[in-house]
Amino acid sequence: MSDDTVRLLTPEGVRVEHPEYALDATPEELRSLYRDMALARRFDAEGVTLQRQGELGLWPSLLGQEAAQVGSVRALRDDDHAFPSYREHAVAMGRGLDPLALMRLFRGVDNGDWDPEEHHFHLYTLVIGSQTLHATGYAMGLAKKGAESAVVGYFGDGATAQGDVSEAFNFAAVYGAPVVFFCQNNQWAISESNERQSRVPLYRRAQGFGFPGVRVDGNDVLATLAVTRRALERARQGEGPTLIEAFTYRMGAHTTSDDPTRYRDTAEVESWRAKDPLLRLERLLRAEGSADDAFFAETEAAGEVLATRVRTAVRALSVPGTDHLFDHVYAESHALVDEERAAFDVYQASFVQEV
Amino acid sequence: MTTATTAGAERMTLLSALNVSLRTALAEDPRTLLMGEDIGRLGGVFRVTDGLQKDFGDERVMDTPLAESGIVGTAIGLALSGFRPVVEIQFDGFVFPAYDQIVTQLAKMHARSRGRVRLPVVIRIPYGGAIGAVEHHSESPETLFAHVAGLRVMSPSNPSDAYWMLQEAVRSDDPVIFLEPKRRYYDTGEVDVRATARPHPQGARVVRAGSDLTLAAYGPMVATCLDAAAAASEEGHDLEVVDLRSISPIDFDTLVRSVGRTGRLVIAHEAPVFFGAGAEIAARVTERCFYQLEAPVLRVGGFHSPYPPSRLEDAYLPGLDRVLDAVDRALAA
Ligand SMILES: Cc1ncc(C[n+]2csc(CCOP(=O)(O)OP(=O)(O)O)c2C)c(N)n1
Repeated sequence: MSDDTVRLLTPEGVRVEHPEYALDATPEELRSLYRDMALARRFDAEGVTLQRQGELGLWPSLLGQEAAQVGSVRALRDDDHAFPSYREHAVAMGRGLDPLALMRLFRGVDNGDWDPEEHHFHLYTLVIGSQTLHATGYAMGLAKKGAESAVVGYFGDGATAQGDVSEAFNFAAVYGAPVVFFCQNNQWAISESNERQSRVPLYRRAQGFGFPGVRVDGNDVLATLAVTRRALERARQGEGPTLIEAFTYRMGAHTTSDDPTRYRDTAEVESWRAKDPLLRLERLLRAEGSADDAFFAETEAAGEVLATRVRTAVRALSVPGTDHLFDHVYAESHALVDEERAAFDVYQASFVQEV
Repeated sequence: MTTATTAGAERMTLLSALNVSLRTALAEDPRTLLMGEDIGRLGGVFRVTDGLQKDFGDERVMDTPLAESGIVGTAIGLALSGFRPVVEIQFDGFVFPAYDQIVTQLAKMHARSRGRVRLPVVIRIPYGGAIGAVEHHSESPETLFAHVAGLRVMSPSNPSDAYWMLQEAVRSDDPVIFLEPKRRYYDTGEVDVRATARPHPQGARVVRAGSDLTLAAYGPMVATCLDAAAAASEEGHDLEVVDLRSISPIDFDTLVRSVGRTGRLVIAHEAPVFFGAGAEIAARVTERCFYQLEAPVLRVGGFHSPYPPSRLEDAYLPGLDRVLDAVDRALAA
């Protein structure tokens, strides 16, 4: 990790000073950051398990990226907005979305149909990079309406190669949009390492568009929180966009369909295991005497409760009726859709009578 | 992966047939390049390019940045400089960032230059549904390409065609949109890779002869239509199945001859029926066979609705029952 990476907590769990960034966090806040990361990790593990059991079609694991997600989402105020990609499960939870909604999508009973305005957590976007433009436009809208809130747009290292992401950077810069571009550089875009996507460190991309870029140790929840908080303040004060590159690692497969042993070696994975985001905060909490065994046991138990609830609920999810095919294709009635729905109803009815 | 059978033919999956075909193309012509996301070390998310980077190097088999417009745009430039790029788009739903390059540049440059420029670019796209995938991984965008003059559009239905049609695509001096039926990747069949010419010449192919009705399909729906024909035969109906293979151009002569024999036509595709390939086929066949037709030409396909969440795809996709329902209606008319 290079010198220009902001870090406030070492992998050994020791707090370090940074000339520009500081974070005053009470023991209670530290514990709650830990708890959010641990719950996200447990929830995510359940996603992998449920996929293996055939309950979900696919699961993109966030393992290793808990600090980047929890640290960044914690910096948001209620009136701020998050535009996720598809791996931001901890961000979703941080915004207050019932994470069962994420499982519905990956079970294939819907395509992710939560109300984006309810928790200011927008829809998952599977087409790489698209949402960075939506985040920028939303931020432009907030500014036009005179709102003093900001938007965080999440994307991966691979996404930075997409034209949409460059266009989002440029629009945000040109309009001074109150948006924070939060790139989780987890080192891999499926099988391609990030040198295949960019030949400059990603945070330096921002400079060429005319706004600041900063690299943060993405496995350090304290630094991530501090850096995102600052970027959001800038945005709210009308100082325009910031790019944050959270330097982290995807510990698991790209998704449950992927086999990472085909393209990366275990030594690399192991070297990142030593930088585990939860372990370092646990070390700090224990060293400072801010949390004891009871706290960790309690957190683990809460994780089990969450996992059990989710598991039971996922298994009970019913498949929607075929009206789902025809509902909401348009906001207003559409003759062709109505006709196809009617014809399909007749077809289905004929089928039932035969039986 | 493959097992030897008689007379030079080998039994292999459609996936392996594509892999072998790409290997042949790379070996035969040093101008052939493969480009795409994760096609190198990983061998593509479906492994169509498995082992090719290892054997031909990363100058010939290129892992690209994650940018479809960039992939197709640079493939155009590479083609202008004398190469013959074969591009992989990871999934059907991710071709759209490249749609601008395909429609405004790739398709038109030959005509714009009055024939001076040739763009031998193949764009391979795994397409279609029935694999239980998340959004954007199950679409059938063929009409969006077939509607654009300057693009050839084809889709194989079986391993032998996969091998030979990809050879044809790679050798074509026109841009080709090559749609791979991903749900049929693991279907097996005989492929004679040592033959010097394809066993079945270009154009549509009657894959099952019959006299009562013609079922026309391409790509993933051919197998479904063959199943439907088998089921119908148990009820005494003798269906002919035509595998169109190419969607632009369409071999209407073969189709018209078939309909001339049967007097009835049902067209099946996964793509939405509205403005789908079936609409064009119905119109042309009606123009040419009006007096031979004994029933209206019917179409079976997807709805005018976004591809649904996977647990509903069985209802969305035209499966055996919906094909047979259309067959019954056409026979009753
Ligand atoms: C436009 C588009 N092209 C290709 C894909 C297929 N795809 C899904 S995830 C992925 C890699 C994304 O890497 P990155 O942006 O680094 O995010 P990560 O998955 O590592 O979180 C690819 C190529 C896609 N979803 N969208």
